Amino acid sequence: MTATPPPADASSRRASAHVRLTGIVKSFGAVVANRGASLDVARGEIHALVGENGAGKSTLMRVLSGMYAPEGGTMEVNGRDATGWSTAEAMASGVGMVHQHFMLVPTLTVAENVMLGSELKRGVQLDRDRAVREVEELSRKTGLAVDPRRTVSDLNVGEAQRVEILKALFRGATILILDEPTAVLSPGEVAELWGVLRTMRAAGSTIVLITHKLDEVMQISDRITVMRQGATVGQMSTSGTTPADIARMMVGRDVTLVGSSALGLGDSAPRPAQGELALTAAGTPTSQTLDVRSLTVRNSRRQIAVDGVSFAVASGEILGIAGVEGNGQTELIEAIAGLRAIESGSILLDRHDIAGMTVRQRADLGLSHIPEDRHQRGLIVEYSIAENLILGQQHHFSNRGVMDAARIGANATTKIAAFDIRPPIASLAARTLSGGNQQKVVIARELGREFKVLLASQPTRGVDVGAIEFIHKQLRDARAAGKAILLVSADLAEILALSDRIAVMYDGKLVVLLPRGAASESVLGPYMTGAAESAA
Amino acid sequence: MINPSSAAVVADGSRQPEMPARRFGQGAVAEAVIPAFVALLIAALVGDLLILSFGQSPGAVYRQLFDGTWGNAYGFGQVLYKTTTLTLTGLAVSLGLRAGLFNIGAESQLAAGGFCAALIGLILPVGLPWLLVLPIYILAAALGGGIVGGIPGVLKAKFGAHEVITTIMLNFVVLALLNYFVAVHLKAPGSLHTKEITAGAIPRLETIYAGFHGSAASFVLVIALATVIAVWWFLFRTRRGFELRATGLQPAAAEYGGVIIGGVWMRAMIASGAIAGLGGLNYVLGYKHYYEEGFAGGAGFLGIAVAVVGRTHPFGVVLAALLFATISQGGLAVNALVPKEFVDVLQAVVIIAVAASVPEVRNLLRAGRRAK
Repeated sequence: MTATPPPADASSRRASAHVRLTGIVKSFGAVVANRGASLDVARGEIHALVGENGAGKSTLMRVLSGMYAPEGGTMEVNGRDATGWSTAEAMASGVGMVHQHFMLVPTLTVAENVMLGSELKRGVQLDRDRAVREVEELSRKTGLAVDPRRTVSDLNVGEAQRVEILKALFRGATILILDEPTAVLSPGEVAELWGVLRTMRAAGSTIVLITHKLDEVMQISDRITVMRQGATVGQMSTSGTTPADIARMMVGRDVTLVGSSALGLGDSAPRPAQGELALTAAGTPTSQTLDVRSLTVRNSRRQIAVDGVSFAVASGEILGIAGVEGNGQTELIEAIAGLRAIESGSILLDRHDIAGMTVRQRADLGLSHIPEDRHQRGLIVEYSIAENLILGQQHHFSNRGVMDAARIGANATTKIAAFDIRPPIASLAARTLSGGNQQKVVIARELGREFKVLLASQPTRGVDVGAIEFIHKQLRDARAAGKAILLVSADLAEILALSDRIAVMYDGKLVVLLPRGAASESVLGPYMTGAAESAA
Repeated sequence: MINPSSAAVVADGSRQPEMPARRFGQGAVAEAVIPAFVALLIAALVGDLLILSFGQSPGAVYRQLFDGTWGNAYGFGQVLYKTTTLTLTGLAVSLGLRAGLFNIGAESQLAAGGFCAALIGLILPVGLPWLLVLPIYILAAALGGGIVGGIPGVLKAKFGAHEVITTIMLNFVVLALLNYFVAVHLKAPGSLHTKEITAGAIPRLETIYAGFHGSAASFVLVIALATVIAVWWFLFRTRRGFELRATGLQPAAAEYGGVIIGGVWMRAMIASGAIAGLGGLNYVLGYKHYYEEGFAGGAGFLGIAVAVVGRTHPFGVVLAALLFATISQGGLAVNALVPKEFVDVLQAVVIIAVAASVPEVRNLLRAGRRAK
C-alpha cells in the first residue's frame, strides 16, 4: 500500500499523540450521537474515520472543532486539555475543518474568501495584494493550485474544495479535518487531492479524513478508526487490515463485497455473476424501452447543457452514464423525467413520444425516477414516511380528490417492511430518518410500483455501506425483472459494478459508449476529463 | 493493531432504539402552542411597563380590558364581530403561505369582496329572504376577492413576478379604484359610502341571543367558521391540499411528484383572495349594510399577523383572530385609563414577539428532537 508505516509501538504513538478524544458523549435530545467515542490521532498521520451514516463521525469531529460541547469524556490536543473548548480556541490551536458542503461566498474572489474572518488590513483598508501573495505562496507550497484572483462562483467543485482547504491552512491549521472530501471529485481530482494530503503530511500536518469509501481509506490513510452507533468499535493500522474487515466492523455483520462501490475496488472488484451479464448484455435487445434521439437541453442559465445526445436502453439492461458532475447529466435526467423543457430531439418511452408530456403522464406510462437530490426533490422532508411513499402517485391514492388514508397506510406498512425502512413508523417525518433510510423511502416508492423504465441518478449518494448493498441488489433485481435502467453516477466504481453498457458524458455529449467488458477505470478516466475525445 | 482503549467491539448489530411515535404528535402540538404563549407573556410584560408609565395599575387596566371584552355579552359580541373578519383574512394569508406564497394583498381583496357584495346588493330587488340571496352574496364577495388575488397568481405563474411586490402594488391600485367608483358613481349624497342595501342583509347574532344586542356580530361568523373547516379539510384531506402543501414546503419535490407548480400558485392565490373577499360580507352585509371607503381598516394587513401567530393552521388562525380581536376591542374598553394607542403598541408587541420567538422557540424544541 502507499501508506507510510505508522509508528510501530503504542508507547511512541502515545508520546506523539496530536489529538486524543476519550469517552466522548454527545446527545441531541433523546438521540445519542456519540456514546463514549474515542479517537487517537498521531502527529503527522493521515487518519481515516469511517462508519455508516449516522455513526457519529461528523458529530465527533464537530466536538473536536469546538462546534459542540461534549456532555462527557475528555479531549486533549497537543497534550493540553481541550475538553469543551470553543471554535475560536480550536482554530487558535490549529484545528481546521473542511465541511461536506462548502462555506464560501460565491461573489468574492478566492483570496477574499481565504482571508474572510482573518482579514489582512492596511490601516482600515483590506490588503488584497498581500492576501493574493500569501494565497499564491500557500498554493505553491501545498500544491493546491488555484488562482487567488478568480471569483469563487467561476470555480468548479474541485477548485472550490481547494479553496476550503487553503482557508483552513491560512488560519494556521495543523490538524485538518476533511468531511467526505471526494464526494464531488472526479478520479483525477481525487488523485490530486491525495497528492496534496501527502505533501501536507510530509510537512508535518495531521489529517483526519471522514469517509465511508473504503477504497479511499486503503489508498491514503495510515491508520483507521471505525465508528458504529456513536461508539468507537476499532482502531487499526491500514496496512494490517482489509476492506472486508473494515466493512464488517462498520456494519456489525458480514457484507457482500460484490460490486459494492463503497468498497470500491474498481477494476479488481469481482464482477457480477458472469452468466447474468452475458444473458443481458449479449442477448439481442428485443425492444428499446427508452429511446432518446438527438436530445438538446439548456440549463437554467440558458446554455446548452445536453448537446444532441442519442442513446437507447433496452428492457433488462442497465446503461451507466459516467462522468464528472456538471457535464449535463442532471439536465439529461431532468429532461427525460419531464422536469426540464427540451430544446429539440425526442424521447420515446415504449414507443410513445413523451417529450411533451407532464411528469404525471410519464409516470403513468411507466417511468420511475430516483432523483439525484433526495433532500430537494426526492422527498418532502416535513412529510411523513407514509406521505413520501405516495409522492407522485397521489392521484392513485385518492378517490375523487379525497386522499384515501387507509390505502396510504396499507401501502406504507407494506413498503416499510419490504424495503426495511427504519425506524418502521409510518407517521415519522422523513427529516428524522438517516440518509440511508431516506433513500430507501425513495427507492421503495419508485421501485415498489409498476414501471418499465427507471432513471436512477446518484442512487447511493451519501448512504452507508449496508444501504448501498441493498440498493444495488434492488437495481439488479429490477434489471432481472426486465426493467430498462438508466444509471447516472459520479461514482465510477458504482457504474462499473452495475452497468451492462457504459457511456461517458463530457461537456454535454456522450463521448464514448462501451460494453462493460471493454470498460475499466483506466479506459474511462481520460474520457471523463476530456483528455480523450471520440465519436461514440 | 487494535487500540486497547477502544477495542471494545460492540458484540451484536443491535440498532439504535427506535424513536417513540408519541414524540411526533406531542412535539408538534407543543411546537405550535408554546411560541404563541411565550409571545403573549412578553406582550403582557411590556404592557405592564407601559401601563405603569402612564401611572396606572396594570391589574386595573387588564381587568377593565377583560370586562370590556369577555366580561359582558355586548363586548364579547364585538370581539366576535372582529374575530370574523380577522379569521377570514388570516385564513387567506395562511392558505397562501401553505403554498409558499406571501399574500400581502388581503387588504384590497377584502375591500373588493365587500365592494362586489355591495354592488350586487344594490342591484337585487328589495325584500328577498336572506337565505335565498346569501349564496349570491357569497359568490360575489369571493369573486371580487378572487379576481384581485388571482392577478398576482397569474403574474407569478406565467412570468415569475414576485407576489409580494404585485400584491402590495395591487393594494394601492384596487383601493384607489374602489374609492373612485364609490366617490364618483355610487355614494349616497353627503357621505363616503354607498346607499343602504335593503335586499336580504345577513342577520346579527342578537336574533338568537338577546345579550348580543347592539353588537355587530352576525351570522357571517358561521360562514367564517365553515370556511375554516373547509380549508382545513382541503389542506389535510384532499389530493389538491396534499399537493399545495408540498408546493409550499419544497417546490422542486412537488414538481418531481407530478404537481404543476404554476397551477397550484394560481389557484392558491385565487382561493386566498376569495377567502379574504368573504371577509367583506361581515362589514357590508352583517354590520353597516353599505360599502364604505376604507372599511377594511387594516384587517387585511392584520391577517398576516393572525396567520403567523396561528402558525398557518386553520384552527390556529381562529384562536389568533380571537386574540387580536380581543386586544383590539379591549383598546376601546381601557380608553379611559390609558390612551387608545396602548393597544396598538400591545398588538405590535405580540406580532414582534411572535415573529422573533416562533423560529427561536421552534428551533429550541426541535434541537431536542433532531437525530443528527
